[in-house]
Amino acid sequence: MLSILGISTQQLFQQLLVGLINGSFYALLSLGLAVIFGMLNIVNFAHGALYMMGAFCAFFLLNGVDLPTLHFVGGDGTWAPVVSTVHVSLGISYWWALLLAPLLVGAFGALVERLLLKRLAGLDPLYGLLLTFGLALVIQGVFQNYFGASGEPYPIPKELTGARNLGFMFLPNYRAWVIVFSAIVCFSTWFLIEKTRLGAYLRAATENPTLVRAFGINVPRMITLTYAFGISLAALAGVLAAPIYQVRPAMGADIISVVFAVVVIGGMGSILGSIVTGFALGVIEGLTKVFYPEASNTVVFVIMAIVLLIKPAGLFGRTA
Amino acid sequence: MSQMSPTAEITGHAHSGRDEKIAFVIMAVLLVVAPLPVYPFFLMQALCIALFACAFNLLVGYVGLLSFGHAMFLGSASYVSAHTAKVWGLDPGLAILLGAACSALLGLVTGALAIRRQGIYFAMITLALSQMIYFFCLEAPFTHGEDGIQSVPQGLLLHVFDLSNQTILYYFVLAVFLFGFLVIYRTINSPFGDVLKAIRENEPRAISLGYRVDQYKLAAFVLSAALAGLAGATKAIFAQNASLTDVQFSMSGEVVLMTLLGGMGTIYGPVIGAILIVTMQQYLGQYLGQWVTVIQGSIFVVCVLVLRRGIVGEIAHFFKRSL
Repeated sequence: MLSILGISTQQLFQQLLVGLINGSFYALLSLGLAVIFGMLNIVNFAHGALYMMGAFCAFFLLNGVDLPTLHFVGGDGTWAPVVSTVHVSLGISYWWALLLAPLLVGAFGALVERLLLKRLAGLDPLYGLLLTFGLALVIQGVFQNYFGASGEPYPIPKELTGARNLGFMFLPNYRAWVIVFSAIVCFSTWFLIEKTRLGAYLRAATENPTLVRAFGINVPRMITLTYAFGISLAALAGVLAAPIYQVRPAMGADIISVVFAVVVIGGMGSILGSIVTGFALGVIEGLTKVFYPEASNTVVFVIMAIVLLIKPAGLFGRTA
Repeated sequence: MSQMSPTAEITGHAHSGRDEKIAFVIMAVLLVVAPLPVYPFFLMQALCIALFACAFNLLVGYVGLLSFGHAMFLGSASYVSAHTAKVWGLDPGLAILLGAACSALLGLVTGALAIRRQGIYFAMITLALSQMIYFFCLEAPFTHGEDGIQSVPQGLLLHVFDLSNQTILYYFVLAVFLFGFLVIYRTINSPFGDVLKAIRENEPRAISLGYRVDQYKLAAFVLSAALAGLAGATKAIFAQNASLTDVQFSMSGEVVLMTLLGGMGTIYGPVIGAILIVTMQQYLGQYLGQWVTVIQGSIFVVCVLVLRRGIVGEIAHFFKRSL
């Protein structure tokens, strides 16, 4: 077996694969953050919580939900209300979850934008950060009440079980699918925003909302849809992550600080920049696990510090 | 940053400060007699967290810099003071000073990085850096990972004051709190503090007037870190332990909540906010469990939507006073 610096190539490629997987999630999440920031000028602190909601959504769609119901029971003329739960099994497959979870969580996002974030227009963007942070606490707290800290398993869809032998390593089919599919989603988003008419409206509304409204384009609706779209990217990442990591209430809180570091490194000005930075940092993190495992948790933050020293605006940032 | 400081219009440096002084005397008297009706351990907890919130507020309320990673200063100072008091057997006073000094040093390094960006980026950078410190504390051998440093001796302060005596301990913690509070009060009402407020209100103008805003921001950041460290180091001595709780992200979030609830940019706001939140955690925590997180999140949302001045800020605004 070939070996580099005493590390087997098998192990190297395994960690590279894990890095690419994490990189896909970083890319999807930081892309959503960048899209939302461009349009609403807020940093969506609830992004991690909504990623977790996406994963739980897939879990509920497959396993069903326990709905609380109110009964009136009794005899002898006395009727007492009793709350019990009834299990509604759904059994909706992974493939439908991939479509439905982003739609459901995106709809929730649209509601949040309409009811809460809209009221913050014109205020310091820090208030948006604080509000979405509060929202993240609420969402995470509710899930923790029902599921505790432990994770729920989510099976790999049967079409994607198994692995193929590439000669130098075994590549599990599901992992290959996650990387390819996230890359496709990321680049479609880039194409949508940079190359289509809709994207042109979006970019114009980012630059000058008043003028774009004067052309008869419904900018408030566009803002709501943009927020919902950014959120659904996070939910999609959550569904993709569900079979790899367990579905846990804290999964969003664990990833959000790394994603913020990714955003600082890449700069939020560029769509392509956040995609590239996301994948690249995932890979770097994976490689660190091979060569210097003690630093694998902190390497992204160290890179952030270095980038801040050399290029404070971020690698792809336009202005500070 | 003008939107971040709704009370700015009444905290100009020209005010006499009479209301603030009266409020200070009331607060000091209340805190001196407080251990009679209230459990001292809880009070000391509240005082340390209140000092932590005041230190945080110096940055967000008076310079307009929202740090989302202040737990790194609280936590690392508490580890340093716990380690030096227990393993090195240092005097508790010296251990606390060392803890605060380490936080100041950490503040110098992280502050120099964070002030390179503003606004939301500043918040994200401080969050990321504090996560780095958290992972360091999780893995460094002297912190004992998940176990933390337990049974730290309270010791003899200056070989005279026996801090294992609950009463002496309480008044020592109170003295530390009042010292930290007065340092912040003096800073805010000094010419240096006026420059900080000028930076908060209009940074480009402050630059055009010839102020080196980066140096002012860094100085404020280091001072805030040192005082947060003072709070953490004192906490480790009175509570006799240092653990990951003080350095993890939820603590950084809580201090933001306390300050927002009490009133950003008010002197007494963080104290009130800290006491309210610590009380809630202490007395409702056992009944509510994880719902505490949900309640805290809801308070955030409500404060941002309808109570942006915070409790003290609203009171001060209503009576047209400076508090």
